[in-house]
Amino acid sequence: MTAPLLQVEGLVKHYRLPRERLLAPPPVVRALEGVDFTLAAGRSLGVVGESGSGKSTLARLVMALEAPTAGQVLLDGQDLHALAPAALRAARDKLQMVFQDPYGSLDPRRTVLQTVAEPLRVLHGAGAAEQRERAAQVLQAVGLGQEALAKYPHEFSGGQRQRIAIARALITRPQLIVADEPVSALDVSVQAQVLNLMQDLQQQFGLAFLFISHDLAVVDMVCDEVIVLYQGRIVERGAPAQLFRQAAHPYTRALLAAVPRMQPGLRRSAPPVAPPLAATPAAEGCAFLPRCRFADARCARERPLLRDLQPGGAHAAACHAAETVTAMPQNV
Amino acid sequence: MSTLLEVTDLRVTLRTARGPADALRGVSFAMQRGDTVGLIGESGCGKSITALALMGLLPDGAQVAGSIRFGGQELTTLDEDALCALRGGRIGMIFQEPMTALNPLHTIGRQIAEPLRLHKGLSAAAARAEALRLLQRVQLPQAEKRLDAYPHQMSGGQRQRVVIAIALACGPDLLIADEPTTALDVTIQREVLDLIAELVAEDGMGLLLISHDLGVMAETVQRMLVMYGGTVVESGPTAEVFRHLAHPYTRGLFAARPQLGLPRGTRLATIPGRVPDLADLPAGCPFADRCSRVIDDCRRALPAPVAVGPDHAARCIRLDTAEAQRA
Repeated sequence: MTAPLLQVEGLVKHYRLPRERLLAPPPVVRALEGVDFTLAAGRSLGVVGESGSGKSTLARLVMALEAPTAGQVLLDGQDLHALAPAALRAARDKLQMVFQDPYGSLDPRRTVLQTVAEPLRVLHGAGAAEQRERAAQVLQAVGLGQEALAKYPHEFSGGQRQRIAIARALITRPQLIVADEPVSALDVSVQAQVLNLMQDLQQQFGLAFLFISHDLAVVDMVCDEVIVLYQGRIVERGAPAQLFRQAAHPYTRALLAAVPRMQPGLRRSAPPVAPPLAATPAAEGCAFLPRCRFADARCARERPLLRDLQPGGAHAAACHAAETVTAMPQNV
Repeated sequence: MSTLLEVTDLRVTLRTARGPADALRGVSFAMQRGDTVGLIGESGCGKSITALALMGLLPDGAQVAGSIRFGGQELTTLDEDALCALRGGRIGMIFQEPMTALNPLHTIGRQIAEPLRLHKGLSAAAARAEALRLLQRVQLPQAEKRLDAYPHQMSGGQRQRVVIAIALACGPDLLIADEPTTALDVTIQREVLDLIAELVAEDGMGLLLISHDLGVMAETVQRMLVMYGGTVVESGPTAEVFRHLAHPYTRGLFAARPQLGLPRGTRLATIPGRVPDLADLPAGCPFADRCSRVIDDCRRALPAPVAVGPDHAARCIRLDTAEAQRA
């Protein structure tokens, strides 16, 4: 078996906030508390969770835009955070990012050519002719014509802008694209076009996606594997078919139960989950405990670790009651 | 019982840099107290403009034609003072982004008390007591302590509860909720929608819910209006609209929405092209350029609503072929 394209090991990120009082230690936000996963070339890994779960922090660390407090991000076996600046720039060819808001992520004062070709210019010092040729190629790949090159972002709709953002990510011929909520700012009819495009490009170029989304239905459709983050830790991991049909963690169940169904008149009784608490839960014990209806004394004492529920490790959950939860029927 | 809200042939023309834009091209609907009505559509379809027109909050230079009757009173000709008396009083509004809807410099207790003092003339003490009752009603934990908190000290879901408390303060007859849960996480969305549904059922007010999410519509409203290009292209009881999907656009919207349970690699049905620009809408059916069933007649004039079933209509002259395709 070959080494995975992306391997994340024990990733921790704490942010220190400004001191509130002179002598008290500064408060710390624990955005990531030890995350491990691997992603093979050409595959898609979905990352889901509520706001504050650490999804976007994970994206920034994988992109080497920020340094982790601890842990490693290995791309093709190289630890991105241990590389010298020049070597890191060279490695950036292999990983690119697509952001959520195509209105904010494109510079309004630059032409599409300047925007799309920038990675080539910055990372390779490519000449004007090469920039133009490669930019035209990637624009064609995302379904835009050559005439787009000389235009500015305001001349395009939201869906077209997101295509331009994808073209910019493709131009270095990356192996991994980190997509942080790539379709959540788009209208439904346009969202479908962009999702289809991303799947086509994955096949065509053998891309791997780290696909961050709050929309479970989108992740279900485009990902080979999904991790569910809760307060900086992975609480469940598995193939979408398994994870969304027979979720083993109460938090995953709660997320699924909250998705509005397309059945008029269907009203579900009893809120599926208690609201998230502002207070940080006890250091030991399960972080989900205050919202969990399966919790018992053990959950308060001992934090559940991510453990395999099946031989082969295809499905894992961090819950003492995972077997009980899995056995419960689930309506999807 | 008299009609709470009756909108008849509402037309709004906005002044834009690219010339006049027909943001609304003849929107009509009516609702009673206790009705829950949804407006669904994509950006630029006119759903938010409809809400703004109801509140008298259209941008400067907007021209309004047609009629909005609220509790027997014509709103389109009302002056600003009279509109001010209605807004926050008999019409409550919940906005999409609770952080921008709230004033960061004032405590939430003060912001909830504001409409009470303004519209009901309550004393400061009485308004504060009422604000506390409202916070308890929207199920904000530790309501008493929260009265003196500022918006930044709360989570998004809590802030939206505060915005709901403000909208409900004066016991409105009509509650307008413009994408109330779009900025929230899915678990919080569930709670906020449940809360709104509960409050509407208890008080018997009318709810006009604006959303782009079909799932939210399905679970929250009895009637829905599907908007596209400044017109209502389909309207009817939610269950009927979901069953028939009479208008090609409604059908496209359904097919394009990812749903849980689709296998990996599924290709979604897409609607080709893009949402038309309101500044240069075609003369005929606004959906004509993206529709697979388009014929020359579609481009001639805006199709009139055609009855599909009881209380259910769609603006499409090709409904017969739609039925045939479904069969």
